[in-house]
Amino acid sequence: MAAAVVAEGVEAGLDFDWSDVEPVPQNDGPRPVVPIAYTDDFREAMDRFRAILAKDERSPRALKLTGDVIALNPANYTVWHFRRLVLEALSSNLLEELEFVNANAEGNHKNYQIWHHRRWVVQKLGKDAVYQELEFTEGALADDPKNYHAWSHRQWLLQELDDWSWELDYCSTLLKIDSANNSAWNQRFFVITKCPSLGGLHQMRDSEVRYCTDAIKQVPANESSWRYLKGLFLDDQSALVKDPLVSETCISEIVKDSYNVPALGFLLDLVSAGFQPTAEQSEMLQKILPTWVTPSELASALCTLLETVDPIRCQYWAWRRSLLPLAVTVSET
Amino acid sequence: MAASSVSSGSETERQQQELEDTVLLLFSAFASASSQNTSLLLELWREEHVQYLKRAFRGLGTSYSVLDSSRPWLCYWIMHSLAMLNQPLGPGMDRRTIDFLSRCQDPNGGYGGGPGQIAHLATTYAAVNTLVTIGGEKALASIDRNEVLRFLIRMKQPNGGFSMHDGGEVDVRGCYTAISVAHMLDIMVPEIVDKVADYILSCQTYEGGIGGEPNAEAHGGYTFCGLSALALINKVNTIKLPNLLNWIVFCQGKVEGGFRGRTNKLVDGCYSFWQGGVFSILQHIMPELNRQQLASITPLYEAWNQDVASSSASSSKVTLEGSSEVSPTSRESVEERTAAGIPADAEPRATDGTTTDHQPTGTSPMYTHREDNRRGSISELVTAEQLFPVVDRNIKRAPISVTFEELEDQVSETSKEAKDGAGNTNQAQLSTVDQILNENEQMLYGPLYNAHALQGYILLCCQVLDGGLRDKPGKSPDYYHTCYCLSGLSQAQSSASHRVNAPPPPKAVLGPYTNLLEPVHPLCNVVLSKYTDAIRYFRHHPFRRVP
Ligand SMILES: [Zn+2]
Repeated sequence: MAAAVVAEGVEAGLDFDWSDVEPVPQNDGPRPVVPIAYTDDFREAMDRFRAILAKDERSPRALKLTGDVIALNPANYTVWHFRRLVLEALSSNLLEELEFVNANAEGNHKNYQIWHHRRWVVQKLGKDAVYQELEFTEGALADDPKNYHAWSHRQWLLQELDDWSWELDYCSTLLKIDSANNSAWNQRFFVITKCPSLGGLHQMRDSEVRYCTDAIKQVPANESSWRYLKGLFLDDQSALVKDPLVSETCISEIVKDSYNVPALGFLLDLVSAGFQPTAEQSEMLQKILPTWVTPSELASALCTLLETVDPIRCQYWAWRRSLLPLAVTVSET
Repeated sequence: MAASSVSSGSETERQQQELEDTVLLLFSAFASASSQNTSLLLELWREEHVQYLKRAFRGLGTSYSVLDSSRPWLCYWIMHSLAMLNQPLGPGMDRRTIDFLSRCQDPNGGYGGGPGQIAHLATTYAAVNTLVTIGGEKALASIDRNEVLRFLIRMKQPNGGFSMHDGGEVDVRGCYTAISVAHMLDIMVPEIVDKVADYILSCQTYEGGIGGEPNAEAHGGYTFCGLSALALINKVNTIKLPNLLNWIVFCQGKVEGGFRGRTNKLVDGCYSFWQGGVFSILQHIMPELNRQQLASITPLYEAWNQDVASSSASSSKVTLEGSSEVSPTSRESVEERTAAGIPADAEPRATDGTTTDHQPTGTSPMYTHREDNRRGSISELVTAEQLFPVVDRNIKRAPISVTFEELEDQVSETSKEAKDGAGNTNQAQLSTVDQILNENEQMLYGPLYNAHALQGYILLCCQVLDGGLRDKPGKSPDYYHTCYCLSGLSQAQSSASHRVNAPPPPKAVLGPYTNLLEPVHPLCNVVLSKYTDAIRYFRHHPFRRVP
């Protein structure tokens, strides 16, 4: 019960007297459903907490008690909520509160309440706490580089700062370790679109296309990097079609490996956005695709190929094909 | 396990391979079993699951103390699972549950995680869904709709989202749980709907899925919540559906058959519902999806028109589809043509569990040309996509003839709902909600994912012999995963139904037909008949708002 010990430390070893508090048992009724076999400690702490909550007692001993209850069940949002009321009433030292949360963080990285509480504390502490808190998220992400809450918390922290362009390097570091870390790609997208000092997506697009196509060359069927590449052109499909590095990367990966599903899907999106391969590229593609004349026939041929090499998604590729404007003139004329 | 010859050694790749190896062994054992055993292996172990579920209702061990603030969730996971299995607990247990949940009501409105806890949107959703699943006057009348509404409005945020509880976090779960509760109880007032769509749209990511809050990574749970909430307020046209679909189709593992929650993560049984359920919603909004997709490929139309003009229309090109179809002259006609569907020559593949011939074995999504020698002595490795190919490849189905009485029912039902609907039924068209409610509504579109492979993953990889379902092989079962594996299974089975709430054709149900679960409502995730009863009840007891 490390957390309870820390909570005691916070209260400077004070031993509280509870003799005036009448425990309030849980109002479960005579024959509750899904009853839980609580330990005596758990029941005692909760009975006491219910009493304190009913009295709305915002006191040092109430603070200590919330710490004990949280250690027993960190998902009890009612206790966290009440703890915040007590902290405010007591004007408690919130740096110490961060220590308390850290002590409870162990093994609870997927708990909504703890992360929400952290946000509340940092908000109160202001910018001074942000850097320390960023470091904490780095620790959490070292344990689990895809921890959803840690990333959300980190994004929130960064937006409290003016310049955080260095976050791009952090993403690069993580992607170097694991280029399939989609959370790091998502963070990267967040940085290049939202970091004020970087100038936004339009400023960053060319250098990011280079970064991303390099990543694709290293791990060609990594869905994360292909999605990121497409994301770079989310607001401008005509720029996507016109960027030669994009289409060259895509076609050369397909030529190297005609089973590369993300690359084939990407080419389909390119063609759907109006891309037409050069004569040289067409020649390369002829080796794996049946002859086509119109762009829509090329799109259709890609769908057909994908239905074969990616059969789990054959319904999807067939649906894509069904919406293409196919030139079918044989039976008509 | 020999290391992959092309592995970059990254953690993602290592974990993915480890899971694939486990799943491939399970599938291969299945594929090599005699046909008699095959059907045994694909059986849903109903009795075991029912026992597992009933046990919990009577009492849970000390380790469940961490779920002490989720007791309405436990009620819902268990009650809903039993309802899908058509094994209700009986009137005694129903009464006790109604009594227990009434003790979870917060005097300030809504339901908390247990008696004496403050109201939370998620447990309010769970409590309401439990009571709807129990059904009947006593259960439904026990809900104080005015107090629930007061709570929902108190949670409403200026940005359109909802806080999960007083001073709680704001995310897309809040939108879904609030909107679903408001819909179910027929208390959808404008203050609740206001700007919800804006908030959800701000959470759609560059990948196409929806994240928990703006800028967060696309995630299966939040994607279901976001799309479902939009469907409930009839605003699916505001989100980029083709992008969403393109993201979610890639979340189905080709080796495993199950769904992952995020790009490059591992599949997990609970996403059978969160992700699989999105496909059920899409089935009901295909015209809008088609419209958006056609709009998104406008440049292709333009290029096509140019090409046709220059290369003269008389050139006799061979159709790639191999079937003769009318050349489209406008987008509308293309949409029509889509209605004719996927060509009939796209025949179903073998379902006998033998390896099909068109795909290399055991390819991970990351490294498509992974060599198989690392698998050593295992000779016959079979992936989900080989084992469970799509059986019905027709996306658009021919309308089935509807009898005159049925049509009349349909009309009266529709007009009644249009009259009673809460605020948002001002359209000439049926809203998404009404389409799903209407049992005579034909399901003209099939699913856009491999529903068989998903069933295969759930039945072969998620079932635990002692009862209960799990995340993946190697994990223990729990009530959450049991509920969402079964919910996903039910949706996958009924995705082939030709009509809402009608039994699917036998070939749509993997394993014996006795595996068939009760159909669920794709937006609210309660058994469809329970949903219909509740909606009727609340509409016959019009809500009077107490200020
Ligand atoms: Zn799960």
